[in-house]
Amino acid sequence: MTAKLHIQERQIVVPGQVLATGLEYLPSKGTYRHNDTIRANRIGLVQIDGKVIKTIPLAGRYLPKRGDTVVGRISDVLISGWRVDLHTMVDSVLSLKEATNEYIKRGEDLTRYFALDDWISCKITQVTSQNLVDVSMRGPGLFKLEGGTIIEVDSQKVPRIIGARGSMVRMLKKATDCNVVVGQNGVIWIKGEPDMEVIVIRSIRLIEQNSHLQGLTETIKEFLEDLTGNEVE
Amino acid sequence: MTKKEITRHDGRKWNETRTISAQAGVIPQADGSAVFTIGNSTAYAAVYGPQELHPRFMQNPKTGILRCHYNMLPFSGPGSRGRPGPNRRSQEISMVTQNALSPVVDLTDYPNSVVDVHIEFTQTDAGSRCAGICAAAIALADAGIVMKDLVSAVAVGHLDGTVVIDLDGEEEHFDGEVADIPIAIIPSTGEVTLLQMDGLTQPELIIEAIKRGREEIEVITKVQRDALLKKFSSEITGVQEAKTALKKILSEEKK
Repeated sequence: MTAKLHIQERQIVVPGQVLATGLEYLPSKGTYRHNDTIRANRIGLVQIDGKVIKTIPLAGRYLPKRGDTVVGRISDVLISGWRVDLHTMVDSVLSLKEATNEYIKRGEDLTRYFALDDWISCKITQVTSQNLVDVSMRGPGLFKLEGGTIIEVDSQKVPRIIGARGSMVRMLKKATDCNVVVGQNGVIWIKGEPDMEVIVIRSIRLIEQNSHLQGLTETIKEFLEDLTGNEVE
Repeated sequence: MTKKEITRHDGRKWNETRTISAQAGVIPQADGSAVFTIGNSTAYAAVYGPQELHPRFMQNPKTGILRCHYNMLPFSGPGSRGRPGPNRRSQEISMVTQNALSPVVDLTDYPNSVVDVHIEFTQTDAGSRCAGICAAAIALADAGIVMKDLVSAVAVGHLDGTVVIDLDGEEEHFDGEVADIPIAIIPSTGEVTLLQMDGLTQPELIIEAIKRGREEIEVITKVQRDALLKKFSSEITGVQEAKTALKKILSEEKK
């Protein structure tokens, strides 16, 4: 049996599609072996690394991962902490000591710190096998999000919105002078001049719509330059 | 027996399906969606999830579950307004649809959660459970659910001993011996995940009909795959529209 590749790098594949035949190739994330074929098990872009084939997902809800920075909404106040809605299948818990450095007396009203429907940026510190999540607000860039606009995007498209080493989000911030926090769960907080907020939102929607294509940074750069009238580096 | 030429009322050959079309991503708010049309049967499927499962007693700590809802809209029938809402028939079809799709999806990464599949019909002319399964399979893939393959379904049967593919409403009410056998198949393995029968038949006819159905399934799988691939076109789109819309908003604000 000779090994044969049926697809090219960055090709879009659908579940069940044959990616390769022969035992020489190895299935990785988003693929599985069925007899002597390797098939895709979710819709995605193919990535070939030597003999290893994997797919990058193009759709799907957010699966919590340790170390991710996320944006969430305070959905409930507990006896010693808060429940945070991260737009996943289970809610996460922010405990008192992970929330603030201040000394909080026993029995104090916790809504003084975070009330219901407040938005926060936080970091996932623990995920159990049953997808129970703990979050923390200790760390740089984690704070209560006051004012601004919240939008939701497909969480699989967050890497494109952030860009390589943050290039895309840095460009958005610089061009519009907005403060932008992108959560890995696909929730994004934007604060700036109202006009500029609208431009950021539309840019993000464009990135989301065309996330599987190359040359997006250039297109968005032109888009921003045209609308803001400012030169973007 | 099967090669005997018969004339069907709409001029189709014995092994010809009605016109099939499919489109993915028709409901923006859903995580995944699709419309699948075969002849005059049109199925819309919307997938939501994985999301928290209520009621809690249904939660499974080992894996997420799939939950299907099959529903025909009141005006979808031959003309008279149907009674809306779930009934004995739709409950049964919801169950068999769920059983037909469950073998391909893998929700072990999402314990205690649910993937909801809503299937609605705007018009029906036989073969609706097959159309529903085809639409749901596209919608599940569109939602990014981990699944080893799509599921394709078609109705086969016979009219007075002649095997035919994809019976329509008129043929189902044929005055004579008739059988309607909806089948769903996982294309890569050939496993059958749905097999029902309504009518009168002989064992040889069933075997022959399923064999013909398997051939037709390949065509349907291709339609499903193409619908998914088409959703992700290869050009950057929407830049110009967004630009003009935004410029208009911004200039109006300045006034």
